[in-house]
Amino acid sequence: MSTVVDDHNHEAHHDHKPSGITRWLFTTNHKDIGSMYLWFSLIMFFVGGAMAMVIRAELFQPGLQLVEPQFFNQMTTVHGLVMIFGAVMPAFTGLANWMVPMMIGAPDMALPRMNNWSFWILPFAFVILLSSLFMEGGGPDFGWTFYAPLSTTYSNDSTALFVFAVHIMGISSIMGAINVIVTIINMRAPGMTYMKMPLFVWTWLITAFLLIAVMPVLAGAVTMVLTDKYFGTSFFNAAGGGDPVMFQHIFWFFGHPEVYIMILPSFGIISAIIPTFSRKKLFGYSSMVYATASIAILSFLVWAHHMFTTGMPVFAELFFMYCTMLIAVPTGVKVFNWVATMWRGAISFEVPMLFALAFVILFTIGGFSGVMLAMTPVDFQYHDTYFVVAHFHYVLVTGAIFSVMAASYYWLPKWTGHMYDTTLARLHFWCSLISVNVLFFPMHFAGLAGMPRRIPDYAVQFADINQITSIGGFAFGLSQLLFLWLVIKCARGGEKATAKPWDGAEGLEWTVPSPAPYHTFETPPKVE
Amino acid sequence: MKMKPLWALPLLYSASALSQERSLNLTKGVTEVSRDVYDLHMTIFYICCVIGVVVFGLMFYSMIRHRKSRGREPAKFHENVKVEILWTLIPFLILVGMAIPATSTLIAMEDTSDADVTIQVTGSQWKWHYKYFDREVEFFSRLATQQQQIDNKFDKSENYLREVDNPLVLPTGQKVRFLVTSDDVIHSWWVPDFAVKKDANPGFINEAWTRIDEPGIYRGQCAELCGKDHGFMPIVVIAKTPEDYAKWIDETEAKQIAEQKRQQELLDMEMSMDELMAMGEKIYNSTCAACHQPNGQGISGTFPALAGSPIASKPENIDKHIDIVLHGVQGSAMQAFAQQLTMQELASVITYERNAWGNDTGEMVQAADINAAMNK
Amino acid sequence: MAEQQQSYYVPPSSIWPIVGALGLGLIAWGAAHTVIEATSDTQGWGSHVLFAGFGVIAVMLFGWFRDQINETMSGLHSDQLDTSYKQGMSWFIFSEVMFFGAFFGALFYARMIAVPWLDGASNNVMTGEVLWPQFVAQWPLVETPGGTKTQAMGWYGLPLINTVILITSSITCHFAHVGLEKNKRTQLTAMLGLTIVLGMIFLYLQGTEYVHAYEELGLTLQSGVYGNTFYLLTGFHGMHVTLGTLMLIIMFLRVLKGHFTPQKHFAFQATSWYWHFVDVVWICLFVIVYVL
Ligand code: HEA
Ligand code: HEA
Ligand code: CUA
Ligand SMILES: [Cu+2]
Repeated sequence: MSTVVDDHNHEAHHDHKPSGITRWLFTTNHKDIGSMYLWFSLIMFFVGGAMAMVIRAELFQPGLQLVEPQFFNQMTTVHGLVMIFGAVMPAFTGLANWMVPMMIGAPDMALPRMNNWSFWILPFAFVILLSSLFMEGGGPDFGWTFYAPLSTTYSNDSTALFVFAVHIMGISSIMGAINVIVTIINMRAPGMTYMKMPLFVWTWLITAFLLIAVMPVLAGAVTMVLTDKYFGTSFFNAAGGGDPVMFQHIFWFFGHPEVYIMILPSFGIISAIIPTFSRKKLFGYSSMVYATASIAILSFLVWAHHMFTTGMPVFAELFFMYCTMLIAVPTGVKVFNWVATMWRGAISFEVPMLFALAFVILFTIGGFSGVMLAMTPVDFQYHDTYFVVAHFHYVLVTGAIFSVMAASYYWLPKWTGHMYDTTLARLHFWCSLISVNVLFFPMHFAGLAGMPRRIPDYAVQFADINQITSIGGFAFGLSQLLFLWLVIKCARGGEKATAKPWDGAEGLEWTVPSPAPYHTFETPPKVE
Repeated sequence: MKMKPLWALPLLYSASALSQERSLNLTKGVTEVSRDVYDLHMTIFYICCVIGVVVFGLMFYSMIRHRKSRGREPAKFHENVKVEILWTLIPFLILVGMAIPATSTLIAMEDTSDADVTIQVTGSQWKWHYKYFDREVEFFSRLATQQQQIDNKFDKSENYLREVDNPLVLPTGQKVRFLVTSDDVIHSWWVPDFAVKKDANPGFINEAWTRIDEPGIYRGQCAELCGKDHGFMPIVVIAKTPEDYAKWIDETEAKQIAEQKRQQELLDMEMSMDELMAMGEKIYNSTCAACHQPNGQGISGTFPALAGSPIASKPENIDKHIDIVLHGVQGSAMQAFAQQLTMQELASVITYERNAWGNDTGEMVQAADINAAMNK
Repeated sequence: MAEQQQSYYVPPSSIWPIVGALGLGLIAWGAAHTVIEATSDTQGWGSHVLFAGFGVIAVMLFGWFRDQINETMSGLHSDQLDTSYKQGMSWFIFSEVMFFGAFFGALFYARMIAVPWLDGASNNVMTGEVLWPQFVAQWPLVETPGGTKTQAMGWYGLPLINTVILITSSITCHFAHVGLEKNKRTQLTAMLGLTIVLGMIFLYLQGTEYVHAYEELGLTLQSGVYGNTFYLLTGFHGMHVTLGTLMLIIMFLRVLKGHFTPQKHFAFQATSWYWHFVDVVWICLFVIVYVL
């Protein structure tokens, strides 16, 4: 994917941007919108994290200390929702907005106004969702998976707000995804063939397809929940010929691809960072592309691995077990390719690389527990315990979130034009790395020993593990304040960054100055 | 590289974890199936460890040896079809190796035919109901831990949150089949020692089975979020030898039949207000207070208040009140209690609700009234 | 900036996106509260906010499309941009397909899995025996396990007529498009007008059918999963026909104003795609919901 580009830095001279608040409200600029997505995501990460802190504080000791069980359930539910729909997905969309046009040599996203629309829906959606916590009867308390009939007959009235908030979030994601697809298919600079696209672009293209395929299904699921609760339908009620398990099928048909939506862009980020700091081309570019596509296709065939205990017939359980295990193969290809990229490279350990390396190891650990969960007979024991919680925090926090941090450290100089404080960044990395493992590793043991998830109180033999976990949690949370501080500091000033601060980096984004001018590639670059 | 000793930490941790088997690793359990599951768990765990050691080992080797600070020049290669095929095939074969035992264990677990004993397990918010098929035995099983322990006012007992009033009693050595279902939301019946976890879906029956090797007390709990008190829905199973079990079930059956007779006779007996109120308060606090709260105020927006509510305090609504308690409210969390409580208990709890917290209607409801309402 | 730009038009700042977001926010909040208030006999702001939301969206659409049309008219749109719009529209339609997919999936599951299982099929023998001894699996599900009775909707009569109408409208829509491409404006206007009329007749008949179902067949939203899938599928389809008809009407007005050229008519094309899509959904519906 080596790309040589004609010079176009002369463009910088007409780099005039609108000013004031309307710049942000009315913008059509992919960089502005990208920044807004990223800030939004950071805020939501802190909101969701604050809820996690409530959870961890309540679970610090057995017994009920701080919150009522009902409120605890609301915290669990909204923590999951906020982190997934508010933190991880917008972070990736923000990165796509910033980087995809620059990586493929496009002047902007293909549909810039719709782009701004997609973003601004999110604050409204989350205000609605979060405000429901304060209404009479409380917010959603049925888990982020909102299984019927707990979310229908037995839920409180915040359900309606939840349903419509999810609807408009879905609209936002779909429009965002359409924009990414059209940009990538239609706006590549001359010579930027598909097989020359950076992997981040590839993984996002495939992610966007997943999004437009499954977000509408989620919309369908919440709609049925709405009608079951308020209009007397019985989709999920046996007395009317429906089935509560049908809800789970529809939900997980969305839900499983959703978890890959939250990891494929990470794969793209890691595939950009490891070659840069190994000073060696990515190993097996084309097999990376095929592996990503295989993961995406397989992700539509494995949804019921979340439902092994629901009493499906045995042949269905076997089918879903086999398909799920198969996903380890293409994912393995990716991990091996990263290792092979490092092999005999000239490796250095700048902060993005540190996060990328931590990602490879810790994501793989999360993948291993995923494969363990995939084995149906054993999943009967693991299911709905903290073992699952450990699994998905490894893939989500040390996977998705770490990759977003790696990406931030990698591209911050390009975004802000300043080099960040690397000492502080290293401190952030090491604090996060240690505390995150203290936080999530013991959860495996809690789960194996039999602690179910989504409980506000537990038997005394889990006390020690939970205490360690909570301490890790507080430490990890505090460590993130370093990140916040660092980003703000970097945005406001610092040592000037060069156009290409990383000597091993490749790609069009490094051919423009730092900070990237407001408009880039108004005349498309030529890629050879 | 600084990272190495850190990475060793979790490994050390897991090593020490495995040595303390019972508290930190998966339960081995007391059935053939649960031991198969345990073995499978350990097998995959070790396989993952080996893969991890190889992959991370290569990675760390590369991080240490192929560093820029050592003056390395990066190599130029960036693909190699042979190794790529190899590392696609090898994981695939490993997975096939893992799938074979998993398949046979799974098929065995799902074969519920030829059971010796069948028990219907019904979850409801937030208790379990057990019904022995072919015997006149059925009962509810609720959390027995005192509220004060949960509120940190008393010290926590050894089996804090894992004790119930009426444990399920099962025979050892016999194939016991569970028919798992629910009255309201989805619950999940889980006893780790048997490696049985089955969702209780309202309106459907899921089957599971076990054959317990040794007598003993086995504990588990509800494993599907089922609302507010999901964390307070434990399961206790006492496994007895077939002889002890036969004795127990005969006795219990006789007791339950006698109790039913007594109930019939009691229908003609009037209870005094004090008796009704005393019994009613007890039943209310154990059965109704979880939602409507001990002070009858409910939880606004979710569970209606009874104190001062028209149904519970207006004389003309007494029939409606009885009807709701007996048959529940369709499409809400209010269950039908007709089968869950005796007529006497129903009568007393309704009387209590109509006279407590300032609902001073002065009315009494007698078992005979309940009987009449039921036969209507 | 835009003026010197040969290849791709990046629009300047625009107020409409955030207005649209506000509109959707109001709709979401308003719809939720409307639903809550309607089902709990409480009074509130729900429906007002909901209508305000629709109003805001209408203003947004008007303003946005006005800008858009002006840009097209002043030649700012390159072919590449046209392609972007077309691709965007196609993927939007794909997402709509997936939305209907969720409901078709529910229908499939209810019919092929849930209902038979309730009668003891597959590994649910005890479900049928213990919980629903009286229940007999059948489709259409005219008696639910809970005992609610209803009648099935036949496929002949109105549904068949509606099928013919909608297919015809798809054909007229196509000929309107042909007329546009060949610059035969009379054919365009006539055919487009005809399409709109057919769309409205379809909606009218669909309404009649609902009344018939509710009043004579006792087939309601509450009568079990057969009625549920029937109403949600046909209902969402009907909403799409309504939207499609509105879009057609707007196209009609624009045609009358002399908009569109044989080469450049993305808005028209998008509308016609949408209309064909709605038609295809109906054919699937007709076959799967009514006939089979
Ligand atoms: C980013 C998100 C993400 C990702 C990437 C994954 C990846 C995987 N997940 Fe995970 N998962 C979640 C997020 C994610 N998951 C969430 C959120 C839940 C819980 C939802 C809820 O209930 O709330 C969940 C739950 C979940 C369950 C249900 C558990 C239960 O509730 O009982 C299962 C079961 O099969 C599972 C399996 C897997 C598998 C097999 C992978 C695979 O993709 C992993 C593949 C990777 C590897 C295996 C490592 C690298 C490979 C090699 C080095 C090659 C060699 C390896 C072998 C041969 C083993 N996941
Ligand atoms: C990407 C997604 C994501 C992320 C990043 C996280 C991050 C964290 N999660 Fe999350 N979690 C989920 C997704 C995620 N989680 C999902 C999907 C569920 C399932 C929900 C369900 O069951 O329905 C779940 C459930 C879940 C549970 C189980 C709850 C239960 O079953 O009852 C727990 C328990 O410990 C937990 C903890 C944490 C912690 C401690 C973090 C930490 O990493 C958070 C760290 C961040 C911060 C703390 C914020 C920053 C700092 C401040 C705000 C400053 C203040 C700090 C202090 C006072 C110390 N999570
Ligand atoms: Cu019952 Cu959880
Ligand atoms: Cu999954």
